[in-house]
Amino acid sequence: MKILVPIKRVVDYNVKVRVKSDNSGVETANVKMSMNPFDEIAAEEAIRLKEAGTATEDIADSIGEAKCEEVIRTAIAMGADRGILVKTDVETQPLGVAKVLKAIIEQEGINLVLMGKQAIDDDFNQTGQMLSALLNWPQATFASNITINGDSAEVAREVDAGSETIKVNLPAVITSDLRLNEPRYPALPNIMKARNKPMDTKTPEDYGVDMTPRIKTLKVEEPSVRTAGIKVESTAELIEKLKAQGAI
Amino acid sequence: MKVLVIAEHDNNNLKASTLNTITAAAKLGDVDVLVAGSNCSAVAEAAAKVNGVAKVLKADDAAYANALAENLATLICELSSNYSHILAPSNTFGKNFMPRVAALLDVSQITDVLEVVSEDTFKRPIYAGNAIATVQTSDSIKILTVRTTAFEKASEGGSASVEDVASKGDSGLSSFVKLEGSGSEGPDLSSSRAVISGGRGMASKENFVLIEKVAAKINDCAIGASRAAVDAGYISNDYQVGQTGKIVAPELYIAVGISGAIQHLAGMKDSKIIVAINKDENASIFEVADYGLVADLFDVLPEMENLL
Repeated sequence: MKILVPIKRVVDYNVKVRVKSDNSGVETANVKMSMNPFDEIAAEEAIRLKEAGTATEDIADSIGEAKCEEVIRTAIAMGADRGILVKTDVETQPLGVAKVLKAIIEQEGINLVLMGKQAIDDDFNQTGQMLSALLNWPQATFASNITINGDSAEVAREVDAGSETIKVNLPAVITSDLRLNEPRYPALPNIMKARNKPMDTKTPEDYGVDMTPRIKTLKVEEPSVRTAGIKVESTAELIEKLKAQGAI
Repeated sequence: MKVLVIAEHDNNNLKASTLNTITAAAKLGDVDVLVAGSNCSAVAEAAAKVNGVAKVLKADDAAYANALAENLATLICELSSNYSHILAPSNTFGKNFMPRVAALLDVSQITDVLEVVSEDTFKRPIYAGNAIATVQTSDSIKILTVRTTAFEKASEGGSASVEDVASKGDSGLSSFVKLEGSGSEGPDLSSSRAVISGGRGMASKENFVLIEKVAAKINDCAIGASRAAVDAGYISNDYQVGQTGKIVAPELYIAVGISGAIQHLAGMKDSKIIVAINKDENASIFEVADYGLVADLFDVLPEMENLL
């Protein structure tokens, strides 16, 4: 089984983002960038499937500016076999990304896609579902547990009502939720070795895909800010205040 | 313009999230509601009674019993040509199949709509709600998922007709195995009037009983939790409030032993009144709280139970 792990390079999750003064977007210059945390979990799951002998090859890819190579190298340092970098300067949006991924999957003969359920920058939560639709494959989103049984997989999904288990035929697209696993830290020797692992560099045009964004951002603003209220001294005072306001 | 809302339900009851979604849809045009389920007549009848609904489409087939994305998406695409917009609630129900619908129609999707600016322009949160983007789509059919807390619930009082639509059958690609819920019989976290949530400070699964006792004393109060509490195994994932988990905006939100990570704030900062109880006076939850109490939760919770 060949696994593809699509990865997005995003503003690091510890960074408090700032809206640009011209309201054109958020500040990304001189800001720490990292692998999207949900993709890191997907990358870890793929490596575990390879270590268990279930998967034979684990390919990491990223679509975007040249620096996306960094997050692919990180995935390789964690344990992926090789990388595919699809370079583009246009803003990557889910539908365009899904079309490029479809082309990669068909070219590489991929049997399973593991990817994050959403990117923590645009928070779209779409690409995995769109990809499985374009491939006419089944999907299992928000995965918290994956069991591969021959030509199918049982996936536990984190849903609003609790934990739902579905069975999907393979090939399939599975998107990871937070509790699927705890990703490993790549060891230093592996980080060094990752620099020499194979990396194909492509463009969307190589795959015949038009990535022109369909969604235009007109402006980006700060959310309305909530200001801190008052400190109360005791439980009795708290209850009194809440009663006075009709909250309880 | 005609708008189609995909109803969320459990084959017996219409979920409140559908009512918020109908309010958003009514800003765009005449609203039809699709109820796709199995033995779901009661849901279709409930949807027909919602104010502002013109017509209910009912697709009753075993293939729709568990809202499998592959089956739902095929059905919705079949119906899509009659509509300018298709809306669903932005939760684990809507987010699962709506992008699939969009891709099959070769259009984009706008997730987490907070505000309808015009028929093609919408506001949505990015970076866990730390910025609000105004976005415009050029696609012919607009596929939207709606942040339910940003729209009021549509009221009852309508009398729409219910029309049967043919099933598109089962894709054979996936199947439902089981659903393990927490078995919670309390108020629904996503739509209750009040929420009391526990965090890492609760220190154990057993201590959540203290939260339950206080919740029982407050009218229509659901129990929630932070990611840290869920990760630590104190409580199951369906209680999680936050960026991943449920987005809530009750009249009253009480955060107990929760430090206030950005990801948690993203799920509750639109609540009307926020109360924070934490022994760390520097906890960032206090920055958004209307009432902060710096104290040990193991003292405060029993006191609250007695005073309420």
